Amino acid sequence: MDFGFSLSPSSAVNLDNTDMSLYERLCEREPGAKTCMACGSCSATCTVSAINGMSVRKVILGLQRGQFRDVEKMLSRCMLCGKCTMVCPRGINTRHLILELCRLYGSKEGEL
Amino acid sequence: MIYQGKQKIWSDYQKDIPDDHWFYVRSCIRQSFFPGSEKFFMKIVRDDLGKDIYETEHHTTCGGIAYHCDTIPQETAMTIVARQFALMTEAGYENLVASCITSFGNYCETIETWREFPELEARVREHLWKACRREFKVPKYVAHASDLVYKFRNEIAARAKFRLVDHETGEPLRIVEHIGCHYSKMFPHKGVGGAEYPCVLSGMAEAWGGEVIDYPERRHCCGFGFRQYLVRANRGYSLSNTHKKFESMEPYHPDCIITNCPGCPFFLDRWQYVISEMEGKTYGQDGHGIPVLTYEELAALVLGYDPWDMGLQIHQVGLEPLLDKMGVPYDPSKKYLGLNEKEIMKPGLPTVLKCC
Repeated sequence: MDFGFSLSPSSAVNLDNTDMSLYERLCEREPGAKTCMACGSCSATCTVSAINGMSVRKVILGLQRGQFRDVEKMLSRCMLCGKCTMVCPRGINTRHLILELCRLYGSKEGEL
Repeated sequence: MIYQGKQKIWSDYQKDIPDDHWFYVRSCIRQSFFPGSEKFFMKIVRDDLGKDIYETEHHTTCGGIAYHCDTIPQETAMTIVARQFALMTEAGYENLVASCITSFGNYCETIETWREFPELEARVREHLWKACRREFKVPKYVAHASDLVYKFRNEIAARAKFRLVDHETGEPLRIVEHIGCHYSKMFPHKGVGGAEYPCVLSGMAEAWGGEVIDYPERRHCCGFGFRQYLVRANRGYSLSNTHKKFESMEPYHPDCIITNCPGCPFFLDRWQYVISEMEGKTYGQDGHGIPVLTYEELAALVLGYDPWDMGLQIHQVGLEPLLDKMGVPYDPSKKYLGLNEKEIMKPGLPTVLKCC
């Protein structure tokens, strides 16, 4: 029945049912991912963030929440300039993190 | 030591509710949504408990709906509130009890604003005098009607004819309570239990034999939100809020939901039909919904009043599964008979949600 309005999709994340496998594999390759405190310095300094929404902080958060499709979209927008690596207060090699993640996505092609 | 400390902390969350002599103001919308609620509140407090509670036909809306929809400024809402206070003063009362949660929030907000800005109170007094030549005293105490039922919950339990237990198994019924946002979130210290531990409804449910269910979205808004519902373009947001609550409470298989706000029972009740039509999903047993009751209706049920006299047939979700569990007798053939057995017309039945 059409009421002229509809249910909005829920943005709730059930962490008990979240697939963390990709995040765990990333942490094996780039252990610095575990030290991210989501300060957002990477996003603030990102050249393309304001234009296309790329954010390393959101990438890591998306992996922790199992939102693989959103992460994949953001990865394709990164220019690998490395400015985020320079400003990270935890010294995470974010450029390496993105590259490793792209490799993991490449290996998972067809599954995602 | 620890027990005493807890007692001390808990006492900070309690309200010292006056025992008697109340001026009652009704809600704008409850009498059409849940017509028996206010009538039975008066009946229970005045006739069963013998308290002095007075109401006048001259009171109007508190202006809360218009104020929260941004259609009137606060000063106008305050002048409307001042008129209600004037009616109370003229009737010789000092304690005001509101049926509506938004009115309760509105009265508290007005009094708090005047305390902070006395010049505003003086201006409102002037507006009221110019508009209708009335004067008022600020109430000594403002309570919500659920505060009174909470205060007298043990007296009601002592008179109870039915308890919130499965009459066949003796197990307590699983009760979900939903507190109105304008009761516990605007001025938390003015509600029993504050914002952290609101127990005004859970206290009633436990006193009458039920088991209160704690679930993740217990404190989430019911979805009314005024403009979220009243503006049609936002209505999906309202529905999604309620849907989130149902999804959260579903795994605990509640027997009923009790509420103390005019909007909450309406949306928790009616949206179950909308969700069933949209998604084909129902949240109660065997295709039924979860019955939703106001605290007055629940008190009246416990006290043994006839369900159809209370207007429970006006609910979208059928109450019969709950009545059967409690062992409350009812005559299905009289469900749609009004006063003096006059036919009040039968509604069409939903395609998915079982209504009886």
